[in-house]
Amino acid sequence: MSDMDELDRRIVNALQSGFPLCERPFAEAAVQLGLQEEVLLERLRHLLESNVLTRFGPLFDAERLGGAFSLCAMSVPAADFERVAGLVNAHPEVAHNYEREHRLNMWFVLAAISPDEIDKIIEKIEAETGCPVLNLPREAEYFVGLRLAA
Amino acid sequence: MNAFDRTLVKATQGGLPLVPRPYEAIARELGVSHDEVLAALRRMLAEGRIRRIGAVPNHYALGYSANAMSVWDVADEAVQELGRRVGALPFVTHCYRRPRRLPDWPYNLFAMVHGASRTDTAFKIETIRALLGVSVRASDVLYSTRILKKTGLRIA
Repeated sequence: MSDMDELDRRIVNALQSGFPLCERPFAEAAVQLGLQEEVLLERLRHLLESNVLTRFGPLFDAERLGGAFSLCAMSVPAADFERVAGLVNAHPEVAHNYEREHRLNMWFVLAAISPDEIDKIIEKIEAETGCPVLNLPREAEYFVGLRLAA
Repeated sequence: MNAFDRTLVKATQGGLPLVPRPYEAIARELGVSHDEVLAALRRMLAEGRIRRIGAVPNHYALGYSANAMSVWDVADEAVQELGRRVGALPFVTHCYRRPRRLPDWPYNLFAMVHGASRTDTAFKIETIRALLGVSVRASDVLYSTRILKKTGLRIA
């Protein structure tokens, strides 16, 4: 847990979207928050250094930039979990990988240039790990808020 | 994506420089004008290729430690309308339709829910269940227990 104060929370809540596209955007955003530009910059530097923010900038929609993506799930025996995680993570096309509490206990996102490429990587992962992969590409997206109250 | 857009994505996907004139700094780095950078970012935002510009928080640092993927089996005819309503709930950060893979996986609607505790997250998931009502044929909740890799989607 971090040691955010009230001002940090206001900054994180206010700046999750709509950062201005103008010559002095930090100055403009600072006015909205009742701050000096330099204070806002200093706070953002600190929030990034302390890992409260993973990034500050444009959040791209990777799918709309082109390429193919899929969410994949595997059921990995507990005794083999670390070895399989290592094999899966070694593929640069694996963007995220999470352990989840379920019979299907490993969930990862693949990013590649085409659906064919996705299928090839899945075949490779199945051959390397001996675990079948469920391929669950998204068919529709209903809303992506991605905003969290601080 | 054209060559300039690609260069701009590469220059900004790690974040904006924390300086008073960040777009000018990027323009200088790419050898283009400040206005070209602003125009391209505005266009990509309008096209939805940029979802938003601003702070990207770390869930855990904000105190969201109970992160769950709630999954639901609802009728195909109803999934679009229900997905829109679930996606509009303030605590749902992602909502997708995905294919069922029978018999292993009967669920077609996915909603990511974040909470400060499992009690908090479970309460939010019950709100989804109430919204879906009799349309729910089956459901499950998968809490994440460990991040094994998180490099994000980056273009090289």
